[in-house]
Amino acid sequence: MENNVLSYLDAIVKKVPNKTAYANEKEGYTFLQVYEQSRSIGTLIHKKKIYKKPVVVFMEKHPKTIIAFLGVIAAGCFYVPIDDEMPKSRIDRILNNCKPDLIICDESTKEKAKKLPFQGEICLYDEMIKTKEDADVLRWIRQKALDTDPIYIVFTSGSTGVPKGVAACHRSVIDYIEQLSEVLQFQEDTVFANQTPLYFDACLKEIYPVLKFGAAMYLVPKNLFLFPVKLVEFLNEYKINTICWVVSALTMLSAFGTFQIVKPKYLRTVAFGSEVFPIKQFRIWRETLPEVSFTNLYGPTEGTGMCCYYHVERPLEENEAIPIGRPFQNTEILLLDRENKPSEEGEICIRGTSVTLGYYNDPEKTAEVFVQNPLNTAYPEIIYRTGDIGRYNDYGELVFVSRKDNQIKHMGHRIELGEIEANVSQIAEIKLCACIYEEEKGKIVLYYVGEIAEKDVILQLKYKLPRYMMPNHVMQLEEMPFTANGKMDRVLLKNKYKGEKKYGRSET
Amino acid sequence: MEDLKRKLLEILGEMHPDVDFESCSALVDQKVLDSFDIVTLISEINDEFDVVISADKIIPENFNSVDALCRMIFRIMEENE
Repeated sequence: MENNVLSYLDAIVKKVPNKTAYANEKEGYTFLQVYEQSRSIGTLIHKKKIYKKPVVVFMEKHPKTIIAFLGVIAAGCFYVPIDDEMPKSRIDRILNNCKPDLIICDESTKEKAKKLPFQGEICLYDEMIKTKEDADVLRWIRQKALDTDPIYIVFTSGSTGVPKGVAACHRSVIDYIEQLSEVLQFQEDTVFANQTPLYFDACLKEIYPVLKFGAAMYLVPKNLFLFPVKLVEFLNEYKINTICWVVSALTMLSAFGTFQIVKPKYLRTVAFGSEVFPIKQFRIWRETLPEVSFTNLYGPTEGTGMCCYYHVERPLEENEAIPIGRPFQNTEILLLDRENKPSEEGEICIRGTSVTLGYYNDPEKTAEVFVQNPLNTAYPEIIYRTGDIGRYNDYGELVFVSRKDNQIKHMGHRIELGEIEANVSQIAEIKLCACIYEEEKGKIVLYYVGEIAEKDVILQLKYKLPRYMMPNHVMQLEEMPFTANGKMDRVLLKNKYKGEKKYGRSET
Repeated sequence: MEDLKRKLLEILGEMHPDVDFESCSALVDQKVLDSFDIVTLISEINDEFDVVISADKIIPENFNSVDALCRMIFRIMEENE
């Protein structure tokens, strides 16, 4: 039985060494190149006496970035992806959390890497792959490897302003890849177009099935997501047949009438997730591509990517949300009420191999949500509490009801409004602030009290928050409204925002 | 047209207060606007001017400057009449 994701690579490189594995619009890397370069990197990391430690990969989005991940794994270490898109303060916090001994960078990031608050070594990818592989060392590392060892840490939004590093192990990733491949019917001729960033768990869906089946993955240039017609032309040019994208990337195509001009010709599998797919937009997709299979995926980073699926087959009502569906095989979903009793409607809790190891270097946060299964008092068993409330509909399908807290989904990204507020509060002039999310239009709105102009707040936030967390509207208030029991009145703020939008911006 | 331009500058200014939108003529090519901005901009234009921008118009040339944006919106308004 496989106990390391690299077993996929070892097997496939013998089968299809010269087939392209990972590519962008300029160049592709064959399985043999992926194999050789990752082993060179693994050898070099081991020579530096770094073993079972986090290694940061700080590179632009490129096929080489994926090979660097695999090289880190070959060394018996686990990768921590960071990206140029992240603001400096976030990168600082990530480094502070995982204290790596090594950062792998490329030409585009090496100058920035030198300026990071970091004591360890910085290595250039192109230099690392010149190392001659040491097969004995790599074999030794694999013999020692456990499937419960971490494979990566990815950072997700934390409500106190400090991002949380979710660490997953090989076994969870292998379980995920096996189940997902079954559900979405991946095979050797699968050609993926990757949309999601490489610094989240979303890209697992493509990276590892490519190795398992000898499939191919194209990284879509980011600027194509600005221009729908060009994006579809890209899909057709590379004969893309499988996409696993966030909903906002899909609705960008349908909402602008792209399919009236050009249609994807080769698609057969469309998977989506991370947020609600508006039915009107979904229908445009299905009417345009009636032969394609559409699957909704659900799952938090803490449950290793995705853990539930729903094949959209029956017709959906106008006001119906696409269900979460059912868990993958080898995963169970519990719905627990406030008293931790099984319930018709309750918090979605995940049980099984897909539950990740927890938050890296953060036992307190881990203990809050990675908890002993309250239904089992006989032996230790950890479940993950998602904070999502769910219930079963009349068809017996799991559906999403609401959130327990202030976490939102915005353009496919999971965001804690509290993290935005924590960063705003760091601005000296800010006295009070509150962030709301207007779901209908999908706008993050920040209200604040303080002697600072709106535009200066935006300017400061650009250095603090990732791009996708930036508020869409920033508004200064004379006074913050409070509820009777002394909390900031977010409902009133939300209504205020809706009311103002109705009369247009110029009158306000 | 002037009114339209003023409102557009207001919308853009709220997204990026540090950019001088009146003088910049390569907003897309120089990556001043990213995909978040384009999506926001299209929805704001829809709300503000009741103008639906279809896929064939979402090309870099129409988004590179405020004047190009104005011309595009103006054209769509005329087509609608």
